Amino acid sequence: MKVAVIQFPGSNCDQDAVWALRLVGLQAELVWHTEKSLEGFQAVLLPGGFSYGDYLRAGALAKFSPVMEEVRRLAERGYPVVGICNGFQVLTEAGLLPGALLANTNLHFTCKDVFLRVERTDLPFTNGYQPGQVLKIPIAHGEGRYYADAQTLERLEQNRQVVFRYVPSPSSPAEEGGGFNPNGSLNDIAGIVNERGNVLGMMPHPERAVEDALGSTDGRPFFSSLKRALGVVA
Amino acid sequence: MEGTLPPLLQETGIPLHEYQEIVRLLGREPGRLELYLFKVMWSEHCSYKNSRPLLKLLPKEGPAVLQGPGENAGVVEIGEGWAVAFKIESHNHPSAVEPVQGAATGVGGIIRDIVAMGARPIALLNSLRFGKLEGPEGDRTRYLVRGVVEGIAHYGNAIGIPTVGGEVYFHPDYQENPLVNAMCLGLLRVEELKKSRASLGRPVYYVGSKTGRDGIGGAAFASEELSEENESKRPSVQVGDPFMGKLTLEVTLEAIRRDLVEGVQDMGAAGLTSSLSELAHKSGLGIELNLDLVPKREAGMNPLELMLSESQERMVLVPRPGKEKELEALAAHYGLDAVPVAHTIAPPVFRVLHQGQVVAEVPTFALADCPTYTREGQEEPGLARLREADLSALPIPSDLQGILLRLLASPNLCSRAPIFERYDHQVGTNTVLVPGKGDAAILRIKGTRRGLAVKVDANPRYSKLSPRLGAMHALAEAARNVSVVGGKPLAYTDGLNCGNPETPQGYFELSETIAGLAEASAALGLPVVSGNVSLYNEGPNYRIPPTPMVGVVGLLEEVERRAELGLRKAGEFVVLIGSPEGHLGASEYLWVVHGQEAGSPPPLDLTMEAQAQAAIRNLIERGWVHTAHDVAEGGLAVALAEMCLPYGLGATLELRSHARPDALLYGEAPGRILFSVDQAHLQQAVKVLEAYGLPHSVLGQVGGDHLTLLLPKEQITWPVEALRRAWEQPLREVLP
Repeated sequence: MKVAVIQFPGSNCDQDAVWALRLVGLQAELVWHTEKSLEGFQAVLLPGGFSYGDYLRAGALAKFSPVMEEVRRLAERGYPVVGICNGFQVLTEAGLLPGALLANTNLHFTCKDVFLRVERTDLPFTNGYQPGQVLKIPIAHGEGRYYADAQTLERLEQNRQVVFRYVPSPSSPAEEGGGFNPNGSLNDIAGIVNERGNVLGMMPHPERAVEDALGSTDGRPFFSSLKRALGVVA
Repeated sequence: MEGTLPPLLQETGIPLHEYQEIVRLLGREPGRLELYLFKVMWSEHCSYKNSRPLLKLLPKEGPAVLQGPGENAGVVEIGEGWAVAFKIESHNHPSAVEPVQGAATGVGGIIRDIVAMGARPIALLNSLRFGKLEGPEGDRTRYLVRGVVEGIAHYGNAIGIPTVGGEVYFHPDYQENPLVNAMCLGLLRVEELKKSRASLGRPVYYVGSKTGRDGIGGAAFASEELSEENESKRPSVQVGDPFMGKLTLEVTLEAIRRDLVEGVQDMGAAGLTSSLSELAHKSGLGIELNLDLVPKREAGMNPLELMLSESQERMVLVPRPGKEKELEALAAHYGLDAVPVAHTIAPPVFRVLHQGQVVAEVPTFALADCPTYTREGQEEPGLARLREADLSALPIPSDLQGILLRLLASPNLCSRAPIFERYDHQVGTNTVLVPGKGDAAILRIKGTRRGLAVKVDANPRYSKLSPRLGAMHALAEAARNVSVVGGKPLAYTDGLNCGNPETPQGYFELSETIAGLAEASAALGLPVVSGNVSLYNEGPNYRIPPTPMVGVVGLLEEVERRAELGLRKAGEFVVLIGSPEGHLGASEYLWVVHGQEAGSPPPLDLTMEAQAQAAIRNLIERGWVHTAHDVAEGGLAVALAEMCLPYGLGATLELRSHARPDALLYGEAPGRILFSVDQAHLQQAVKVLEAYGLPHSVLGQVGGDHLTLLLPKEQITWPVEALRRAWEQPLREVLP
């Protein structure tokens, strides 16, 4: 079972994603953005970073990369597709997920641990979590404020497409710098999935929370869930 | 020629005696372009003409040193075939004029230095100095802080290298002249170490961004005093593009990994002029550059502009024979220019062609061998009196409790989270000790059990009152911080920021700083492997305190055996290595509470310092100690408060001494380390300290949500939450 980690020029969490996928026993390979075929891959991960420098708008240029046609085709065929951070921005820009990611309400890049509640555990990305489980996972972004119009938002909630939501710290030492929602996302949304349940985007970085040495292992089940899901498919 | 200077000398600012030396070296009068080549190459920034004779004093050798000063960065071996390359560099003047781009390109530049050694950058640090946050000057300080932090974040976050540590200090003497020093470290396989070298007849490739009119003469700008006039030097500030930086980095490292290149050189200060002439000089060869081939961003650039441009994100690569096409294809894959703009030649000259004409031809050794200067130094009048001030008559404040809150809220001691939260400190998934969690950052090395600890330090108040002792403290403290997390210091890099070396006071401070570093280096067994001098941080009405920013890198053989600074377990015992009594001289307490900057920095016993550092490493390596913290500015009370903050856990501790209570609580002294240990290992830990011959005391136990200190005549208690509120807020107001 092999996962394609797409490398856009300016991606910088690509190697970290490969490391995390391999840590749980998945095969992972870097695929340059000009590739036109993802033959032989069973899942796709769009990593974090600053594709094309994010100079126009985060993710706005990456959606035109040749590989994105193939990512779209796999998504339509039901293969798991994950976008983390900049990858989430690319997925919304490409129309594979609804909504958009605006500048954080503090108007600057923010890197810190946040807490997320798992809203669904019936997905290929979350089957290893307990319903309602609270995870400690870092964020690192300047444009992570999830926004969608009221209608879309309502549809997302009705279809249970919100997968991760920002919540207060369970142990609750004083919150530095304001509330638990780090970027002003509507409905505290940290990650969503498409209706079919195979395309997921999230701003926090599960690949940065896969070992004790990194301060949290709460992101590890994200990758082992994917492994289990791919095993079942095969 | 005496009397009236030729117009060209007025234009370039080259002193007459240097001009005469240039004429002697050339055997003729230089042309205008040639004279400009000398101007930038003979600037302090490129030539170290005032500092080189002094820098010879510093120890540069060590068993682990693979590359000392002189290349793009220093390199130290760390075992299992790995080495670490690191260097610190200043970008002070550009940051004063244009803080965002000045800081951003400072980061970009130091990254390329590391890449040029064949190392993949794994961490960035920065050392910043600003003026006052209070009063009418505060507005400009806040503008600079915001700009510099934004610039560092902009570049480091986008290029994908974590900013893992640093330090910020506010002092009125930096009001006109902020300091921005950036440090980078990278990992490489020992066999992939690269140097700035080329063999004869090789094409020399220009790789990366196109050349524009930005940053013209930046190296020379860095070597002048700041003035109103410089405000109009905005074009001297380079513009950074981290996206191009990322692509240039990947092309260079992949070319090295695939063994396509024999030599690598960063194109940094003084651009084409410096990178190509140094490459040729170090190779014992000459070089011929064809300016018509240089990729240009704008039309109509003349030779002078092309030679002096400091456009960013450019590298010089020398391919191995037969690998030229592969290198070109690799660059094309990333969409970068890769053009053989030059080739090495036998006569040792730097020859520049433009539209078929030779527009400059000068011996490479002449550009490299700038005359050096040894000057007479003299201490600032009145400083000795200030240093010897008698502080014993200082009144003891009645509100000893409130002082801790004031100190924690001082700009120099309050929480740095509002700054480091803007930096991606985790990309790369190697940062095991993130900013704010320990006295130094720790990065693990994937595929091994090892880790690297790194910290940069300098106390300007110490250095202002005693440049020599201040420099010694800077190295001792950086090494102590590395030891306190469990790292064995290996070597260091120094960013020496001083005033104008052409004044007796500026020269005195520079020479005393280097003398102090040399003494501490020898005593602690730490060689310097790279560094930077930034002189001329001086204007008509000010001179910065000498500021030796010392970046120490240490090794943890077992990265799992490390310590952070927060108290985590109730019931553990808190132990102090060193005396509970601190000194008031040059302390943060004296400044914040009494408004004085006087007295001598605390005396430094380097033998005891080395013992204390070895002892704490020993305790961490044994797995007995997981929490340790050095006692620095603000003294014992501040250090203890800092240990309570991360996990909101308090402690009840006794300070047995008849010293005046303010010296006990807030006085400063080196070689002091606090740690916590469980009951099962307390006796053994104490035995280890005895074996090292170190004074120590068991102060009390961890627990509760208050910090309580019992002094012989009083008891003081603070709720940890009150300490947190005082500590968290001040910088949050600057960086909301």
